[in-house]
Amino acid sequence: MGNKKTTAFSSAVLAAVMLTLSACGGGGGGATGEVAAPPSDPKEVSGEIRVLTQRTDLVQNGTLQKYAAEFNKIYPKVKVKFDGITDYEGEVKIRMNTKAYGDVLFIPGAVAKNDYPKFFAPLGTTAELSKYRFSDKTEVDGKVYGIAQFGTANGFVYNKKVWKQAGVTEWPKTPEEFLAALKAIKEKTEATPYYTNFKDGWPLVQWTNNLGVVGCDAQAGNALAGAVSPWKAGSELNAGDTLLYDIVKQGLSEKDPTTTNWESSKALLGGGQIATMMLGSWSITQMQDAAEDVNGSAQDIGFMPFPVQKNGKHCAALVSDYQQAVSIHSENKPAARAWIDWFTEKSGFAETEGVVSAVKSAPMPATLKDFTDNDVTFFDRSEAKTATVNDIDEAAEIGLNKQDYRQKLIDTARGAAKGSLEDFFADLNKRWDEAAKTVGS
Amino acid sequence: MTQTTDTAPEGAAMTGRSSTDKAKADAQGRRPRPAGRRRGPAARRTRSWRDSPLRRITPWLFLAAPLALLITFTYVPVASMISYSFTDWDGVSPDRENVGFDNYVQIFTRPELFRVFFVSGYYLAASVVQIVVALYFAVILSFNLRFRNFFKGILFFPYLINGVAIGFVFLYFFQDGGTLDSVLDQLGVTTDHPWLGDPTSANVSLAGVSVWRFTGLNFVLFLGAIQSIPGELYEAAELDGAGKWKQFRHIIAPSIKPVISLSAILAISGSLSVFEIPYIMTGGATGTQTFVIQTIKLAFQFNKTGLASAAAVVLLLIILLITWIQRRLVPDDKVDLV
Repeated sequence: MGNKKTTAFSSAVLAAVMLTLSACGGGGGGATGEVAAPPSDPKEVSGEIRVLTQRTDLVQNGTLQKYAAEFNKIYPKVKVKFDGITDYEGEVKIRMNTKAYGDVLFIPGAVAKNDYPKFFAPLGTTAELSKYRFSDKTEVDGKVYGIAQFGTANGFVYNKKVWKQAGVTEWPKTPEEFLAALKAIKEKTEATPYYTNFKDGWPLVQWTNNLGVVGCDAQAGNALAGAVSPWKAGSELNAGDTLLYDIVKQGLSEKDPTTTNWESSKALLGGGQIATMMLGSWSITQMQDAAEDVNGSAQDIGFMPFPVQKNGKHCAALVSDYQQAVSIHSENKPAARAWIDWFTEKSGFAETEGVVSAVKSAPMPATLKDFTDNDVTFFDRSEAKTATVNDIDEAAEIGLNKQDYRQKLIDTARGAAKGSLEDFFADLNKRWDEAAKTVGS
Repeated sequence: MTQTTDTAPEGAAMTGRSSTDKAKADAQGRRPRPAGRRRGPAARRTRSWRDSPLRRITPWLFLAAPLALLITFTYVPVASMISYSFTDWDGVSPDRENVGFDNYVQIFTRPELFRVFFVSGYYLAASVVQIVVALYFAVILSFNLRFRNFFKGILFFPYLINGVAIGFVFLYFFQDGGTLDSVLDQLGVTTDHPWLGDPTSANVSLAGVSVWRFTGLNFVLFLGAIQSIPGELYEAAELDGAGKWKQFRHIIAPSIKPVISLSAILAISGSLSVFEIPYIMTGGATGTQTFVIQTIKLAFQFNKTGLASAAAVVLLLIILLITWIQRRLVPDDKVDLV
């Protein structure tokens, strides 16, 4: 059997396989430093660009194609194609090991900040892009690699009718008032006072976005970069997670959190079976639609800031959604850049979706009218040290932007996991501080 | 059957050989003569084809596609996984650093990474139930019974359903006021128990789903083995006055022993690497995290691809080790009934 020919043949097969594989591998390594500058003449720029997006719904119902058609009125020679990806984070992360990850893409959370220059073309200097919110999130060595698609304010989405029925008409000013309000809802109405969305999990991550609301502190995110025991008494994370713990502990959340369902929760909130959920302002339009679907009214959906005040005023954090970047391997960088600029500034996407435009000078959207009318202070949370914070977070395996630790918090609160809140926070602090020491800034 | 397949290629090889080859064969002193005797007109007619290099290569051409697929999708990924396990790769970055055995040291010095194996205990217990139930039905349905094909179908059916679909179906089944609660309600039992609400109940529920799903597979394996037992044995046993239990004890059980031990291996390796059902239904929350879910989280939530690869390698080694121990304890001896 083992004659020469067969071994030669099988090694040839092996070699061929290895060759194709190695051809697939080895992303990165493109020419770094070439700026994806906006084109000077819209009529001249040409080429086909591929835009990766997680909004499969907008690709399927043709909304994004309509935006592309609008875009073509100004840039007639650019052809825009969309790749809707359901599991955006997981899939794009793997595609980034090749060179084919589209021309315009959202920067996946998994990419380390220091690697941005290896994957994305710089869009300009910090000064050039200072008109956009959150541009410090993607700044590496004075160059910016991504522009936020939009921002959202964070707060509680609530059903005004239910809250009114329970006799609460003013926004609670402290966590205690908030809990009292939920208790009133439980006693006086049929509704579930607060819905955690424990099973789907990601809505629990929204709590992290409150970072900074207690002290109205735009630097609250950066403050985590170090061995600072983020859950110590009086800290931002402590305030948010304690409130969540108390809500569950006092039985003010849904009966069986393990079988919750995000899609149906929208209709339940709209219909008044759920009173409150912690979410970003992006969800308001979805909730209004859901309310109308169940014969409610869009007017029933309200949005309130985190129940804490500084100098008699509520605060709300603005956080950036995905950042749009141009692939370093793109062959049509000017066209790609033109799309990003147009989409961020001129498409009207942010207004339609009811989210905060990434352009600093743009007005607040109608969905946040409650906030602007009631004099809520908005602050753009600085993301300058997000990279270090993420490194610590990953090393500690806590997951500030993952659901797991809050699921455990809820389990602890309802007695399904052992331990007290103090021990839980102490453990998190210990892990965070230990990890911070191993991560060089 | 065996004879024809044995001689045909041998004869072909002999007739196909050139004179030098034949001399070599002579020197080895093995079976040169029958081959020489067989040389007839038929052999001469096909010699050119048998001699051609194309013929030697043909089996390899047939093998090329499956081998290429096997190598591309199994061995190369496993090899790269093993190589990642010695690095600190985050899964995306073009740079990775070699860290030697650091990842392995970390796995074995962090007891919390192994604590998740307790969860596998639930599934192991469940797989014992599963094997017993499957064996019971296989034995019953191997006898002549009304509607037996219908029952076979019912028992095997769950195995054909996609695991993800099963996860979703049972999510509705277990939810508050879901199928289980309403069925119990019909029976007059009113429970207010959140089935996936606390670790014990959640793990038992999930293990129950796993039993429901995989009983069919075990059942079919057992049934196949049982049906290969010649019918005369039962007749003879009946004549000797053996009842059903004695028939099972002395005929069925010994003859399906290899299948039972295969099922045991599958059960153990299966319960160590449970994934789909808990991942879909609870995502590993409420104390239902298994080793594989933990590995996935390390790789894709915390971007520790190196550590996760090492964890996967460790799981592979553990399963190999357990299989080996099991083979040593229960040697796979030949079954001889007659």
